[in-house]
Amino acid sequence: MKVYRVRAIIERDMRKFFRSPALMMTSMVFPLMQLIVLGYAFGGKIKNVNLALVDEDHGAESRVVRQRLNAIVEGPQTFHISEYSNLPDAMTDLRAGFVKAILDVPQDFSERVLRNEKPRLGFIEDNTDNFTASGILERVQELQTSLNGPVLPPLQSGQSLASNITSAANPERLPGKIVIQTVEVYPYIEYIKYLLAGSISISIFVVAMIGGGIVFIDDKARGLHEGYLATPLSKADLVLGLVSSGAIKGLMAGLTITLIGGLIAGIERLWDPVRLFYLVIVLTVTALAMISFMFLLMVRVSDPLVPRAIFGVLNTLLYFPSGAIYPTEGFPVWLRWISVVDPFTYAVHALKNLLLKNTGFEGIYRDVGILFGFSILLISGCVLLFKRQI
Amino acid sequence: MLAIEVDGLTKRFGTFVAVDHVHFTVEAGEIFGLLGPNGAGKTTLIRMLTTLTPPTEGTARVAGHDVRKDADGVRNSIGVIPQALTSDPELTAEENLLIHAKLYGVPASQRSKLIRDLLEAVDLTRFAKGLVGTFSGGMRRRLEIARGLVHSPKILFLDEPTTGLDPVSRTNVWEMINKVQKQSNLTILLTTHYMDEADKLCHRIAIVDHGKLAALDTPTQLKDSIPGNDVVEAEFANALPEWLEMLKSLPQVVSVNTHEGVTHIASHNGPDTVGALMEAARKGGVTVKRVTVQGTTLDDVFLHYTGRQLRDEVGAGARLDIAHLYK
Repeated sequence: MKVYRVRAIIERDMRKFFRSPALMMTSMVFPLMQLIVLGYAFGGKIKNVNLALVDEDHGAESRVVRQRLNAIVEGPQTFHISEYSNLPDAMTDLRAGFVKAILDVPQDFSERVLRNEKPRLGFIEDNTDNFTASGILERVQELQTSLNGPVLPPLQSGQSLASNITSAANPERLPGKIVIQTVEVYPYIEYIKYLLAGSISISIFVVAMIGGGIVFIDDKARGLHEGYLATPLSKADLVLGLVSSGAIKGLMAGLTITLIGGLIAGIERLWDPVRLFYLVIVLTVTALAMISFMFLLMVRVSDPLVPRAIFGVLNTLLYFPSGAIYPTEGFPVWLRWISVVDPFTYAVHALKNLLLKNTGFEGIYRDVGILFGFSILLISGCVLLFKRQI
Repeated sequence: MLAIEVDGLTKRFGTFVAVDHVHFTVEAGEIFGLLGPNGAGKTTLIRMLTTLTPPTEGTARVAGHDVRKDADGVRNSIGVIPQALTSDPELTAEENLLIHAKLYGVPASQRSKLIRDLLEAVDLTRFAKGLVGTFSGGMRRRLEIARGLVHSPKILFLDEPTTGLDPVSRTNVWEMINKVQKQSNLTILLTTHYMDEADKLCHRIAIVDHGKLAALDTPTQLKDSIPGNDVVEAEFANALPEWLEMLKSLPQVVSVNTHEGVTHIASHNGPDTVGALMEAARKGGVTVKRVTVQGTTLDDVFLHYTGRQLRDEVGAGARLDIAHLYK
């Protein structure tokens, strides 16, 4: 071993490193992005969950329930309330994933409270997401305590909570009388099942990254594109051809992971043909959206290092804010906005609805529509930006 | 009938003029060569003619279609073999041709026979099922020539078709080009920096230098256009300043140039000039280190029209890269 040779190799590598701004940027941006995104994506307090309130009573006591619910809406903001006139409609939306839980105030609730005849509220929750379910349940238990506890006057300036309770006019308002009966709609969901939707989406993303990013830029750098650009192919022919082939590959990868992952995770009735049909629809639009997203990012890039350099950044930026590993309801506002424009979010939501709840079409049509619209928009952008000439 | 008409074609990249008001025409069935060193503007010119780069100024018609106004008409009429190897290495030879046949809408009923015939024409039948990634450079280039012919184009553009190939592969490619041209009376426009390639293949040659056409004619006419039939190349030691003037006075000598220590003497009769030169050197005490006689080459033509030797220009980049090693 000769030191001068080692030095020469070090010099060569350092010169290349400092002349490659994409790599330099990524080497610094990637860990920072991981710190920020992952730091805020896990363990946040569940907020703004959509809770269906079905008030069949409309009595004085149901107004008390509403007041206490509103206190939660204004205070910890765990949920916001959507009013439903009947339970079946609310159940339909719960199964489709539009609401996460239902609080049912039965018709005779006020009367039972006044007569002291075991008044009950019904709480029905979508327990496919354990994080959200436990977050809501915690608040509902507080609601029960509050309904059975004293009526507190407004807290005076400088007054402690304990002295406020002691000075309450009716400290034993309805001790232990109101019971909230909790019903979980689905059997217990293991975390591996919860993660499956994200893993399927990641498999499609990797195919999009390789097919729409790395291979596309490598072919460009090797000059293979020049051979095609000299043919009568139009920009739309080229873009649609490349995007479609990428989507087919993404679908193949997604379907393979769905079946293998489904077997490993123990998804029940995996071979249900109707559900498989809907899964194929979701996987197709997901693949189309991801490949067109990747293609739009790469359409003007010619340096083969770029797709490799941004792979990790994109993965962090798209996967973690999607709700694949932790519910989006636990995110801060800025991360929620990323999740809104992130195609992963809709793919994960639709796949969870199909795999964990077997919702059918009503649980996926919004996501499918958004992903399809997103794809059309991005493909149009690709056609506009694609350079037909050298 | 004209296959290609170029009128004042110009391409500027910022302030750099890559192609500068070029005019020429190519007859149908002709093999036309653009000869010049790297960076002369040949590739830019061919890219403008094949619609890959928009011209800054001027017009060009290819197979009757304007390159600006009817790019699709041009693309449908031409086959293009770019300088880079552009066949897909992950596909077989047959698959590469099949994809291009489909791109050009060749009817399914004709594809199999067409591909068989093309592979046979470029002598790759045995390798039809072989992955292109395993092919030599010469085989890939031949496959690309076949690919360029898949839709029976009227004009074939070849950009530096033998660059990077070994001598045997180069000869094979030349044979292939001649063969396909004769079979279908194809018009071919090729660029090259190899003088022998231009000399052997082209019916007419345009010498390109700094984006301009320096000369245009048949190889024979180009060689005849410079003074003298032979070129005597010599290197001397102990030569006095008046030595060059003395050389000009030798019998049959037309002109004398010195380039990087080598003296080029254009002569009507090389052997006679050499005899007289040796006698004069003996009398004048000049040492003749080396002397050769050769017929006029395209390099001499290039030297005559541009003031530089083409072989020097082609190697100049490489010499610059390694120059510091000799300091």
